[in-house]
Amino acid sequence: MTLLKVTGLNKRFGGVVAAKDVAFALEAGDILAIIGPNGAGKSTTFNMVSGQLRPDSGEVLLDGQPISGLAPREVWRRGIGRTFQIAQTFVSMSVAENVQMGLISWHDRIVTFGARAETLYRPEALRLLDLVGMRADADRPVRELAYGDVKRVELAIALASAPKLLLMDEPTAGMAPKERAQLMDITATIARQRKIGVLFTEHDMDAVFAHSDRILVLVRGEIIADGKPDEVRANARVKQVYLGEMGVAAAMRARRGRV
Amino acid sequence: MDPAFIVIQSLSGLASASSLFIIASGLTIVFGVTRIVNFAHGSLYMLGAYLAVTIVPMLLEVDRSLPMFLLGVLLSALIVGVIGAAMEIILLRRIYHVPELFQLLATFGVVLIVQDLVIKLWGAVEIPGPRAPSLRHGVFIFDQRFPAYELFLIGVGLVVLGLLWLLMQKTRFGVLIRAATQDRDMVAALGVNQAWLFTGTLFLGAFLAGLGGALQIPRVAVNTQMDISIITEVFVVTVIGGMGSVPGAFVAALIIGQLQAFGILIFPKITLVLVFLLMAVVLVIKPWGLFGKPDAAAGRAVLPEGLLSLRRFGTVDNVVAGVAIIVMLALPVFGDNYMVKVGIEVLVLALAAFSLHFLIGVGGIVSFGHAAYFGIGAYAAGLLVTRLGFAMEPALILAPVIAGAFAALFGFFIVRLSGIYLAMLTLAFAQIVYAVCFQWVGLTGGDNGVVGVWPSSWAASRQVYFYLALAFTLSAIIALRHAIYAPFGYALRAARDSATRADAIGIDVRRIRWFAFTLSGAAAGLAGGLYSFSKGSIDPTMISIPMSVDLLVMVLLGGIQTVIGPLVGAAAFHSIKDFFMPLTDFWRMFLGASIIVMVLVFPRGIAGAASLLTERFRPAPKPVGTPA
Repeated sequence: MTLLKVTGLNKRFGGVVAAKDVAFALEAGDILAIIGPNGAGKSTTFNMVSGQLRPDSGEVLLDGQPISGLAPREVWRRGIGRTFQIAQTFVSMSVAENVQMGLISWHDRIVTFGARAETLYRPEALRLLDLVGMRADADRPVRELAYGDVKRVELAIALASAPKLLLMDEPTAGMAPKERAQLMDITATIARQRKIGVLFTEHDMDAVFAHSDRILVLVRGEIIADGKPDEVRANARVKQVYLGEMGVAAAMRARRGRV
Repeated sequence: MDPAFIVIQSLSGLASASSLFIIASGLTIVFGVTRIVNFAHGSLYMLGAYLAVTIVPMLLEVDRSLPMFLLGVLLSALIVGVIGAAMEIILLRRIYHVPELFQLLATFGVVLIVQDLVIKLWGAVEIPGPRAPSLRHGVFIFDQRFPAYELFLIGVGLVVLGLLWLLMQKTRFGVLIRAATQDRDMVAALGVNQAWLFTGTLFLGAFLAGLGGALQIPRVAVNTQMDISIITEVFVVTVIGGMGSVPGAFVAALIIGQLQAFGILIFPKITLVLVFLLMAVVLVIKPWGLFGKPDAAAGRAVLPEGLLSLRRFGTVDNVVAGVAIIVMLALPVFGDNYMVKVGIEVLVLALAAFSLHFLIGVGGIVSFGHAAYFGIGAYAAGLLVTRLGFAMEPALILAPVIAGAFAALFGFFIVRLSGIYLAMLTLAFAQIVYAVCFQWVGLTGGDNGVVGVWPSSWAASRQVYFYLALAFTLSAIIALRHAIYAPFGYALRAARDSATRADAIGIDVRRIRWFAFTLSGAAAGLAGGLYSFSKGSIDPTMISIPMSVDLLVMVLLGGIQTVIGPLVGAAAFHSIKDFFMPLTDFWRMFLGASIIVMVLVFPRGIAGAASLLTERFRPAPKPVGTPA
């Protein structure tokens, strides 16, 4: 069965159409990137899937079950983990404790007074940290980590609930180029091994074309292309949209060179 | 109802709205630019009134005319403005970057200092002010007599609104104030002289407070309680209007003025409750007030103030805790009656402070009205025993239950907010409880309270009661401490660190905060119940703002980043207070100055400083960078 099926999603903010009849599907183990210029509606689409925004109309089905309009924590309970554009972690806790919180919540042990949280699900947390390459830093306070490492910890937290679908909003934003490639490699490996679907938005085209199975191109709230990386690369309409962008980028570079 | 009467009543509502607006606009402008909620705004208002009752009669001696009266009022306001500017230069500019809780406390320190200064300079008796010449008569509206001065006040409110509008729209200073209210980082980045802007803003805010105060002298006898009574009303006005919004303050003042004018006809005793209820409703529907906007800084990842790391007790800690418990067990045997009495009070306050720290340090829920739950516990126990003939034992069990129930009720609204709005709402609820206990004389004995709250005969001796209090407080503290280390406490801390992340891993942030608020309220209620039996009486000071502040000071004094800090803080604070208070007439000034010093130089408290010292002398395990 299709893991995620989105049909006829619409969202307006006042006069701005942020999403217009957005429809796509995602199979388990597939990695789908949403790209597009600033203001194309990437984040809007994204937040409608994860529950942060309620769509005006349309439906989001996870494993055939409707999830649109549910609160983020209910969406999480149905099997969607997510990371944020600006990494969100529990800064007063250690790396392991951050992941343990995800596990404690997943096992419904939040309102528990009889145990010490420090020791609960620690082995499982360490295994997840191993997966993202952060096992050695398990007992460091998360606030001491470099930003790229924080992003990995966030990924481990998102994996704590054994999600069927992972939502990643600009996973490599704010990271050094080398760290970006590593994080995307780890994500892709885990997704394929565990049959997790990944939906991500990204500005870094290297990350997008190297790691996604399919790419969705959004412009002004509408999908203008949906296909394999090569197809999208060759698409004339996409070229046109991005050529404009590139032209601006090039102009900016040239101007900076002169100053 | 008679239409003429309605007109008169709404006119008198307008007159008080006008005064409220003048004062509240100052507070809201200062908050907009500095992001500090200035508790001392009420003190500036009071200073304005006291200066006016001193200056205006002198000027009226020279020439008994309205211009002289107005000149005196303006002079008083200008002096208060200068005091406000001085306050900015001496204190406020040092605390712009400390957490809200510290800012509130530091400005409350100023409140305490000004209170003692005013008593020293003008005495504790009320001073009736002169009437305004040419405005002493009544004006007849629909055959009803209405004081001309009240009409004049309505006019002044409108003039101030107009002048403020001109200032904001037409002057560079006004434009900067509006810009800073929207985004002060941007204003700083654009190279505006911040120091000048902030000092100027404080001058303006204080001037408005002083003007509001000086204009009151023909209406009310000037007294030393003016500061606290006005500041709660003005808080309500600015919060309902939206902090930082002058039009919001105007609209809110109009609403509150009318609500008071007509509310007093329907519920004469509980107009204050009506006002606070309005605020609670507005905040639940519009969490940033009618005209307010969410703070631009919200959502930014900053290190929270409070517990940052939990460590288990080491050998040293176990020895210290063991010795502390042995000392406490031995106190009734070796100590005299007085020491035992102080011991009981320390135990009770330690539990109350610990329960507050559970909210602030673990949950990031900065309650400025924790005395409410302490007081509800005390009143519940006291009233059950004296009015319903309960024995001590069931009363002590019901005290935390009843306080917990009220905490659940108030907390339901409180946990929907965050930051300064949350603190204001906790304060508002505490003031409702205070007002009810103060005004419902038939049940609560009003100002005098109720005496005869004695323990059962087996616990009547101080020594036995000490052990009883020790058993209750120690078990409650151990239980709360356990909760901090349990998944519940971790989840509460997680919600504080990042509500977004907590929500995204399935933690119901509101529910867990609500639960914590209830738990903490119940623990404070238990402390209150124990306190009332140790005193043998109850009275409204147990619920007052100074009580809430005392608890906050204990938490801060002990150190907000350590689990046992509040216990140390409660013991230290109460011992100091007990020792010094009988020796000096200036306890409040001393306390106020100490709070300010603590905020400025000692923000991590005693326990925080101690752990800093031990860290320094302990060989570092591995060089992994120091916590910020």
